[in-house]
Amino acid sequence: DDGSESGRRVVFVTVGTTSFDKLVGAVDSEDVKKALFERDYTHLVIQMGRGRYLPSKCGGEDGGSSISVDYFTFSSDIAEFLKSASLVISHAGRSGSIFETLRMRKPLIVVVNEDLMDNHQTELAEELAERSHLFCARPHTLCETISSLHLDSLVPYEPGDAKPVAKVINRFLGFTDE
Amino acid sequence: IGFRDVWMLLIIGACTWIAVRIFYLLYRSGKPLYNRSPGPLRTLIVLGSGGHTAEMMNLLSAMDLHLFKPRYYIAAASDGMSLQKARVFEDSLNGEAVGSCRFEQIYRSREVGQSYITSICTTLIALIHALRLMISIRPQVILCNGPGTCIPLCAIAFAFKAVGMRWSSIFYVESIARVKRLSLSGYLVYKLRMADVVFVQWPQLKDKYPRANYVGRLM
Repeated sequence: DDGSESGRRVVFVTVGTTSFDKLVGAVDSEDVKKALFERDYTHLVIQMGRGRYLPSKCGGEDGGSSISVDYFTFSSDIAEFLKSASLVISHAGRSGSIFETLRMRKPLIVVVNEDLMDNHQTELAEELAERSHLFCARPHTLCETISSLHLDSLVPYEPGDAKPVAKVINRFLGFTDE
Repeated sequence: IGFRDVWMLLIIGACTWIAVRIFYLLYRSGKPLYNRSPGPLRTLIVLGSGGHTAEMMNLLSAMDLHLFKPRYYIAAASDGMSLQKARVFEDSLNGEAVGSCRFEQIYRSREVGQSYITSICTTLIALIHALRLMISIRPQVILCNGPGTCIPLCAIAFAFKAVGMRWSSIFYVESIARVKRLSLSGYLVYKLRMADVVFVQWPQLKDKYPRANYVGRLM
């Protein structure tokens, strides 16, 4: 359910507080924009964070024959943008933002920043991709990932439950179930 | 027998006693309590930036909070958001779960990217600060989810146990972002048996670290 009123399908790209020029550049490339447009996405919104690369804004003036692009650096309410998106492309970032997107049942492509050292955050993205909850890509494979996107292959992520952990703690401390 | 001999005897005696205590603790670590005082337990909750705090809030929401109070929240001094989230969480409680709570900040042992030499200095400062907090709080339960801030606190709680002071049960939940390898904090806490129970959130970690508990994910 992507809330598309009047056929408006938004791709939201987010890099959080990081600088991820390779991703922003890849998304802003003609190949990727064309691939997105061919998959019926109408708008591309880029949250570029601390990056230096500036995408080229365009309003799709050529009679709606290409995707319309907009960008900004930061927002205090990323959740709003996630809510109105039909596809989210995100940096690997904090697990919190990945789960936030999965909870909203939004299709998600996580792009790994290969320039970062100690990339342990990718472990989570790769595991979730293996379980078909999201797609994983690198900046240079983004175009290919989008062209061959199979949204139907995505499995919704069932939120975890902390109760079993609480139970083990209770048992250890000698609190019997009341 | 001169002064020096008496001192030697005292030091050997103290070392032996502490060594015996440590062996006793390692043997007892991970075994459930059998002599718990009735009533709610004083609980220390260590918060970390970002995902850590969100996971901890999820865990607290699932717990019988009327059994865990008063609650003390500790976060790193450089982390403003976590204590704020904890305050919001406490404000949202009602009924028996409500209890007195305190919010404290602690100096971090090491900032990301800090050189290892200055880290020794800051770790010592963090240890002293942690010691003062632990003496003031004397928790019976310690909950932590991974940030480096918990290591001085867990080490001190363990040291207290070694000299027979304040028996606190330490529960360490490894972050959900750790799928194949434990974090440095998690590894230390697991290998040195500083925690009574170590939880992991992915089955691969349970395979690799058999003494860990895998009972699903928090998020």
